[in-house]
Amino acid sequence: MKEISLNILDIAENSVKAKATLVEITVTETAYTLTLTVKDDGTGMTKDVLLSVTNPFYTTRTTRKVGMGIPLLQFAAEQTGGNIKIESKHFSEYPDEHGTTVTALFYKNHIDFTPLGDVISSVTTLIQGHPETDFLYKHSFSDKTVMLDTREIRAVLEGVPLDTFEVLIWIRDNLREQYDENQ
Amino acid sequence: MKSLAELQAIKDRMKSKVALREGYGEIRVVVGMATCGIAAGARPVLNTLVEEVNNAGLYEKVSVSQTGCIGFCQLEPIVEVIEAGKEKVTYVKMTPEKAKEVVEKHLKGGKVVTEYTVAGAN
Ligand SMILES: Nc1ncnc2c1ncn2[C@@H]1O[C@H](COP(=O)(O)OP(=O)(O)OP(=O)(O)O)[C@@H](O)[C@H]1O
Ligand SMILES: [Mg+2]
Repeated sequence: MKEISLNILDIAENSVKAKATLVEITVTETAYTLTLTVKDDGTGMTKDVLLSVTNPFYTTRTTRKVGMGIPLLQFAAEQTGGNIKIESKHFSEYPDEHGTTVTALFYKNHIDFTPLGDVISSVTTLIQGHPETDFLYKHSFSDKTVMLDTREIRAVLEGVPLDTFEVLIWIRDNLREQYDENQ
Repeated sequence: MKSLAELQAIKDRMKSKVALREGYGEIRVVVGMATCGIAAGARPVLNTLVEEVNNAGLYEKVSVSQTGCIGFCQLEPIVEVIEAGKEKVTYVKMTPEKAKEVVEKHLKGGKVVTEYTVAGAN
């Protein structure tokens, strides 16, 4: 992937596929590191799936034999000297607190660090494709925080769908303005 | 600042609109957004389709949605156009520029852009 924001979009798609109602995307930067966390309350993975998930030949999909999403994130993180960590609780064992958390650590000064890229576009793409799912996006860097919570937006909209074009533009511009203010 | 008050105004406008005119979602445009699609550039293609469909005033007639892997990773980004009573059209190796053209010629004009379809790519 050319940008970490594309990995974010792809990893969050896994959460949606696992029937998450809330997907929390957190990006935390320090001077030298970028940590990405995608946390969901979806079905979770069984122990077998969890063990094999960083193997590119493992997938539960049926159209193609190779799952690439997690291996690509792992590759992107490891090539900067970082790593990924996956925690998951399957609903069969944890009926009340199931879900998955994927964490990736990147070293920003490494020559193979791919930039975060157009993360606003990834957030709006997720909301456009999954207007019923809630997303919490939070990006912290140098004492500043950009944040978007679709639960707040949903409460204001009173039934107007989140994939309404004007709403998507509002979300995009809201995030743009938060980034501009934080420059 | 894009305030919650502005969002409220959007809500009020939407609520007062006459919902679901005839022919709503007559044409379905589906973009493959699995890993292979995303890696190949599906995100800007999707965003261009959403924007251009809206700009062309086609938002009631055309719905743009996302799907998983369509099964031909080397041909991504893939865009399918599905219309009742017509054969499905599959556009391959899409770019934002090609997507604009498809909105203009196919979705608006009713003419398939053959050179961007699977058949045209062969
Ligand atoms: N958030 C999640 N919740 C539950 N299961 C998950 C989650 N993320 C991944 N998985 C499981 O791990 C498998 C591998 O995921 P990965 O993203 O690597 O590939 P994929 O989604 O199957 O295919 P691709 O991402 O290449 O389109 C998935 O098929 C799914 O079974
Ligand atoms: Mg995946």
